[in-house]
Amino acid sequence: MSAFIDLAQKLDWSPLWISLKTGLVATVISFFLGLWAARKVIKKDVRAKSVIDGILTLPMVLPPTVAGFFLLLIFSRRRPFGIFLNDNFNIQVVHTWLGCILAATVIAFPLMYRNARAAFEQIDANLVYAGRTLGMSELAIFWRIVVPTAGPGIASGTILTFARAMGEYGATSMLAGNIPGKTGTVSQRIAMVIQDGDYAAAGFWVVIVLLIAFAAVFAINMITGKHMKNVRKW
Amino acid sequence: MRLSADIHKRIGSFELNVQIKSDASRIGILGASGSGKSMTLRSIAGIEDIDSGRIEAGGKLLYDSASGISLRPQKRRVGYMFQNYALFPTMTVMQNVMAGLKGSREENREKASVMLSRFGLDSYESRLPGELSGGQQQRVALARIMITEPEIILLDEPFSALDGYLRDRMQMEMLEMLEDYTGQVVMVSHSRDELYRFSEELFVLSAGMIIAHGKTRELFRDPQIAEAARLTGCKNISAARVIDSQTAEAVDWGIKFRVSKDIPAGTNYIGYRAHAFEPVWGGMEANCIKTDIVRVDDLPFEKNYYIRTLPGKDPLCWFVQGEEQAVVQEKGIPDYLRLSEDKILFLK
Repeated sequence: MSAFIDLAQKLDWSPLWISLKTGLVATVISFFLGLWAARKVIKKDVRAKSVIDGILTLPMVLPPTVAGFFLLLIFSRRRPFGIFLNDNFNIQVVHTWLGCILAATVIAFPLMYRNARAAFEQIDANLVYAGRTLGMSELAIFWRIVVPTAGPGIASGTILTFARAMGEYGATSMLAGNIPGKTGTVSQRIAMVIQDGDYAAAGFWVVIVLLIAFAAVFAINMITGKHMKNVRKW
Repeated sequence: MRLSADIHKRIGSFELNVQIKSDASRIGILGASGSGKSMTLRSIAGIEDIDSGRIEAGGKLLYDSASGISLRPQKRRVGYMFQNYALFPTMTVMQNVMAGLKGSREENREKASVMLSRFGLDSYESRLPGELSGGQQQRVALARIMITEPEIILLDEPFSALDGYLRDRMQMEMLEMLEDYTGQVVMVSHSRDELYRFSEELFVLSAGMIIAHGKTRELFRDPQIAEAARLTGCKNISAARVIDSQTAEAVDWGIKFRVSKDIPAGTNYIGYRAHAFEPVWGGMEANCIKTDIVRVDDLPFEKNYYIRTLPGKDPLCWFVQGEEQAVVQEKGIPDYLRLSEDKILFLK
């Protein structure tokens, strides 16, 4: 135990803060983007829906390194768009924290989008129609009726998104790299210390990741469980 | 003409071609499920797009395909009560009632409070819809509509989610709650009893078309169309063959009957209500059918007898209530049932 405390005191905590910050920002972006995309997609006809849905879900089913490859292809400072961003806006994505956020957002976004979409599809369309006949604006209907009613689904989507964004490894390592104190996330730190044979530090980080992951899943179960009172056990 | 709706819409193989024009303040639309009655209401409210037509309500043009006008539902000022009430589940009763109001929160709260107490909902204002009974939910739904001061109110099968006793009570309540509403109210239902009680003018919808309309009471007395007769609750309908101006044959029942007035031209069916038969003991008389009972249903306040007709045809229904029941009890099953001339429905 004292060895553990000793380790904790000497430890460079920056990976945790970087991961938390990355997860948080990626979640906020995914949240709004995911709700927006879900709202658009459910209004499409079946064929358009399947195509768009497929594209939006791809980052979730592809190996993260493939996503990383595409991101590098776009944002590399040796490629047109990367050069354009750098020259005109002084924005660099590769080997920066921005890269961390971008990689995490791309990988985690489908979780938000899919959960939101599933939750929206469960909503009784009459609620929306009622809002309209009562004279409520479409925006008010969305934020005051649709989102609260889809609340549990959206909440679990958000938590999953956060957990996934925080743990992202593959795309992040390719796009942002593992620069200590800058882009070095917890998952990258674990890989690094294992390569160095430092199993104590790796174990320490693993425990932290486990705790956060379990807390996330537990939170989802608590949120959705509240609305499951009427489900019978079998 | 206050409500004037001419609606054309096609979905797959279903076609809705409805024309409803009425000055009545309480309008009913009667139809079986799938006849297009909800779709008609939704089209008026603008929550269902239609292919073409023209809709006017509350002195305002809501839709006109010829001039390309189609107001958004938000602009139509049409109050719509959904079958399941569509109360917003995450909002309290108070928030639900305030949902459609613009303007300052304080004023809205006050307005909503007045409305809630008018509907006897004062003590429920902070409850969620899920914590209310069906009848209370309906009152909240109506309060939420009334507070927006709609030009016209549409009720989509308002009582179908309620059961038995509560349904009867809510029908009375609904009439009371709507008493001082001066606009038009349109109610669709598959229940002839509800509409008989509620509406001054009735439209009968079948397979996407209005097949009959008129003053409600007149329409029940003389539905004119076989399908309309069936929807208004006429249990016995037979194909008819007109022999001469005063004689016809009910083909399915195997009887000929004579009437003193002329049979209307174009009569293809005749109908006879199950409560209207006159029992005859003894010899055969004119316009009689032999009572060959196939089945008896014993209900709390009436007995339903089913009488054999020609092979392969539906049996006749004879419903016996009250005093008549005692007479039949005493004298036994009559030998014949007579069709009273003025109660025969001549139908197209």
